[in-house]
Amino acid sequence: MKDISLLKRILDKGEFAVTAECGPPKGADPDAVIKKAVLMKGKVDSINVTDNQNAVVHMSSMAACILLKTEGIDPVLQMVVRDRNRIALQSDIIGASAIGIRNILCLSGDHQGFGNQPQALGVFDLDSVQFIQAVKNMRDKGRIIGGDPLSKSPELFIGAAANPFADPLSFRVVRLAKKIAAGAEFIQTQCIYDLERFIQWMDMVSERGLTDKVYILGGVTPLKSPAMARYMNEKVSGVSIPQDVIKRMEGVFKKKQREEGIAICVETIQRLKEIKGVSGVHIMAIEWEETVGEIVERAGLLPRPI
Amino acid sequence: MITAEQKPIDEIREMITPFKRILALGCGSCVSECAAGGEKETGALASALRMACKIEGKEVVIGEKTLDRQCVKDFVIELEDIINNYDAILSLGCGAGVQTIADIFPEIPVIPALNTDFLGETKDQGYWIENCIGCGDCMLFYFGGVCPLARCSKQLLNGPCGGAVQGRCEADPETPCAWQLIIDRLTFFNALNRLETIYPPKDWSKKQGRGPRKIIREDQQK
Repeated sequence: MKDISLLKRILDKGEFAVTAECGPPKGADPDAVIKKAVLMKGKVDSINVTDNQNAVVHMSSMAACILLKTEGIDPVLQMVVRDRNRIALQSDIIGASAIGIRNILCLSGDHQGFGNQPQALGVFDLDSVQFIQAVKNMRDKGRIIGGDPLSKSPELFIGAAANPFADPLSFRVVRLAKKIAAGAEFIQTQCIYDLERFIQWMDMVSERGLTDKVYILGGVTPLKSPAMARYMNEKVSGVSIPQDVIKRMEGVFKKKQREEGIAICVETIQRLKEIKGVSGVHIMAIEWEETVGEIVERAGLLPRPI
Repeated sequence: MITAEQKPIDEIREMITPFKRILALGCGSCVSECAAGGEKETGALASALRMACKIEGKEVVIGEKTLDRQCVKDFVIELEDIINNYDAILSLGCGAGVQTIADIFPEIPVIPALNTDFLGETKDQGYWIENCIGCGDCMLFYFGGVCPLARCSKQLLNGPCGGAVQGRCEADPETPCAWQLIIDRLTFFNALNRLETIYPPKDWSKKQGRGPRKIIREDQQK
C-alpha cells in the first residue's frame, strides 16, 4: 500500500483528514526537515511541503518531500508555476511520481517581488488551472501538453488552493469550479479566522454542487500573538482576520497568548468538523510544528485512522 | 506606443567618454510622444553634456539632430551627408532605433541614451502604463478588453489569484487587479460566462520566436 496516497485513502474512506505544513529550511540541512517530520508523525495523515514560500529561496520542495518519505510520511508536494515553465513542471511531475510522491498541490505561487530574489524573472508560463489540467492529463491520459505519450503515467492525487476570503466572492466559486473541472481532487483553503465568511463561501460551493466533486480541507494557522494576528491581517495577501479574533488575542496576558492562539485554532477545527462539505483540516503552524500534535489531540482527531 | 526613459546622465557620460565628436540623435515618433527622446529632450541632453564636458575641461563637439523615425531606413539614410563629421552617435531612439542606425551605418558606434520600457498607453499627462505585451495572438475579446498577460502580475489566463483583495493587486496595491477589471467589464456586457471556460496554455512561440520575430508581407514588398 506504500505507493498509494495515504491522504486519498483517508478521504475516500470518509474520515476527517488532517494535514500539516512543513516549510523546508533556508539551507542544505536535512535534519531541519526530519525534526519537523518526527514532531508531527502519527499526528497527521500527510505533510505538505511548501515550494519557495513567499518567493524566498529554500530547500526544494521535492528534496524535502523525499526526506519526509524516508521518515515514513506521506508528503504533499507543493509546486508553483512562478519558477518553472511547462517543460520543467511536467518533468518534475514525472520525477515526483517516480520517487514515490503521491500528492501534489498545484499553485500559482507568491509573486517574485515579495521575496529575496526580487530581480528574478517570473515564469508563469502556465497558470495554476492549466497546470492542474496538465497533471490530470498526464495521469489519466498518459499524455503531456501537446499530446506526446508518456512511457508510464504519473500516479498523483491532485490538489489545489482556494481562498474564500479574496475578492470578488461570487467569482471565487467560479474559479474553484474551474480548478475542479481541470482535475483538482482536494482543495486546501487559505487560513480560516472569519468563519462567517467561510460558511458563506461553503454555502455557495455546495449550491453549485462542488462539495460532491472535491474534498475540501479547511486551512488553519494558530496565532502566536496579537502582533502576528495584525501582521497577517494587514500584510499577508489573501488573509483576513476579524477584529474580534485580534481583540481576543489582545485580551490575554502575554504568557497566555500562545495558549489562546491554540485555543482559537482548536475551536475553529471543531467548528469546521461540523460544516457539511468540509472533509478535513490543513494545519499551517508556521515554524511552530511542535504545537500540531496538541492541536490535533485537543480537536479530538487522535488517533489517526491509518 | 513604445515608451522609454532617459538613462542617468552619469551612465551616458561614461559611455561617451572615448569620443570627441558625438551626434545626439533624437526621434520624432513614440519617444517624442513620451517626452524621452524628441527634439526638445535631445536639445536638453546635448546641452547638459556640453556643460559637463566644459566643466571637466574636455573638448568635445556634440551635434544635434532629430529624425522623424529612427526605426525606418528611409529616414535614417538622411544621416548619410553628416555622419562622417562624427565618431559616435548617441541615440535617443528606442532599442529598435539604435539598432536600425547600427545596421545602416555599421562603421560608427551607436550609444543608447534611453532605456526602452514597454508598449503603453498615455494614461494622463506624464503617466504611461503598459497594457500590451505584444504576444502575437490577441485575446482581448475574451477578457472584455483588459489584457491579463500585460496587466495581471502573474499573467493568469484563468484568474484571479487568491491575493486580490478589494480590487487591488497583491503584488502592487497601487495597481487594480486586472481580473477584477475583467470580471466587472464582462458582468457589464452580460458575458461573464466567457470565464467559465478553461483557457488553455498560451502559445508563447508567437511571442518568443526562434530569435527575433519577423513579419514578412509580400504584398507590401516592391
